[in-house]
Amino acid sequence: MYVAVKGGERAIENAHRLLAHERRGDPGVAEVTLDQISGQLSLAVDRVMSEGSLYDRELAALAIKQARGDMIEAIFLVRAFRATLPRFGATEPVDTGQMQVRRRISSTFKDIPGGQILGPTFDYTHRLLDPQLAEGFVPEPPATADASSAAMPRVTDILGRDGLIEPSPEAAADTPVGDLTREPLSFPADRDLRLQNLARADEGFLLALGYSSQRGYGRNHPFAGEIRFGEVEVEFFAEEVGFAVPLGGMALTECQMVNQFKGSATEAPCFTRGYGLAFGQSERKTMSMALVDRALRARELGEEVAAPAQDEEFVMSHSDNVQATGFVEHLKLPHYVDFQSELGLLRKLRKEFEQADRLPDLREAAE
Amino acid sequence: MAAGGENGKQSQRQAAMAVLAHSDAADIAGCLGALAVPSYEDLREPENGLVMVRGRIGGDGAPFNIGEATVSRAAVRLASGEVGFGYALGRDRQKARMIALCDALVQSNEFADAVEAKVLLPLRAAVVAARDRKARETAATRVDFYTLVRGEG
Repeated sequence: MYVAVKGGERAIENAHRLLAHERRGDPGVAEVTLDQISGQLSLAVDRVMSEGSLYDRELAALAIKQARGDMIEAIFLVRAFRATLPRFGATEPVDTGQMQVRRRISSTFKDIPGGQILGPTFDYTHRLLDPQLAEGFVPEPPATADASSAAMPRVTDILGRDGLIEPSPEAAADTPVGDLTREPLSFPADRDLRLQNLARADEGFLLALGYSSQRGYGRNHPFAGEIRFGEVEVEFFAEEVGFAVPLGGMALTECQMVNQFKGSATEAPCFTRGYGLAFGQSERKTMSMALVDRALRARELGEEVAAPAQDEEFVMSHSDNVQATGFVEHLKLPHYVDFQSELGLLRKLRKEFEQADRLPDLREAAE
Repeated sequence: MAAGGENGKQSQRQAAMAVLAHSDAADIAGCLGALAVPSYEDLREPENGLVMVRGRIGGDGAPFNIGEATVSRAAVRLASGEVGFGYALGRDRQKARMIALCDALVQSNEFADAVEAKVLLPLRAAVVAARDRKARETAATRVDFYTLVRGEG
């Protein structure tokens, strides 16, 4: 139970003033700009866009600045901003096969059409702190090479041609795409809703769940079939225009996990899939997402549901860090009356305990 | 042939919109400055909103919602009657209005050639150049595998 507590206005106002002061830091040091955050802390921006569920680099950078670098606070700010704008509709589904690839790797085939392209990656760095970066470091311009115009098919498309991997589920003709921002969650949830939930889920939560599935909590024996990052074209069918209008390019990361087999008396065994897709360069996120997506397909694939990562109600109800923060942090709110009643109860119990404890003594004294 | 002409016009408009959506507002404004822009009115005041971005399960399967994106949009009408629409990711309302203006100009017999030469051509060149530069940088990070032969076979 919460009670209205009055009298804190002055303290709250001054606390916010103090927060603004602390956020600015030493006034003798230059203020960080949104362009700097967007350009130089770009993966933080990507994470806030992804989990804030809103693609807008400038707003995500502002949120990071306002939240003093607290990512979940920034994600919260972006989620709240979403509610201030009308929704025009839904885009045409993006085609990741046509992505202008910036990075594309496969751990299943060495020689994939289009090649293994490392792009801007932390992989193979030595993870030693670089003192040069502390100030004034000017990097070399990037190396260049002739670009091939050859198509870069998804690895799963290649496996699919021989029937070695299950096909992606086809859209049911008259079923609308599930949208958890419009209808409350109910279980069991279809895969479209699960993927929407995972796309905005906390990266740390997905990472831990994905990791648990690898360590044996749920059957998961995956290969990273393909990870690609780059820009896709976004189109929106605008009624008043009468055709799909190009909106521009959007950076996305996609992960296709290839997992062990399913098959039956009537169907030849084939690989199964887990899928991850998120805004920006979000490789750890999409890999974790693909692991958890596959684990959550246990019921559909006739596997025993025994581990947390396979339990859709558990995963989907706890994956959202804004909701989780709300419930954990609400404990900070005044619970004075609740606590008084518990205190009263405790005092009563202790009194009863003491009286019960003394009874034998009294009996002894009487004898 | 009328239908083909319609389709041709539509794909021409889509191609123009794609170039404009990929361009910076300042660059579009700079190019439009070189054009004697006819008078026009706002049919829809430029406004900001959201679109729900969709992907496909497995990349090629049933659609699902990834998350939203900010979008700005506008519509204008030239004095000669052509109606243009502008949409772009982001919250730059003036950019949406300029795209709408260009879309109207593309449809106008009088201005189609000028907007192509003075706006779309230079912007397309810049977009293609930026794309090529990125592709060349990316290509340099492509792994060239080679096999080490051990022993004498």
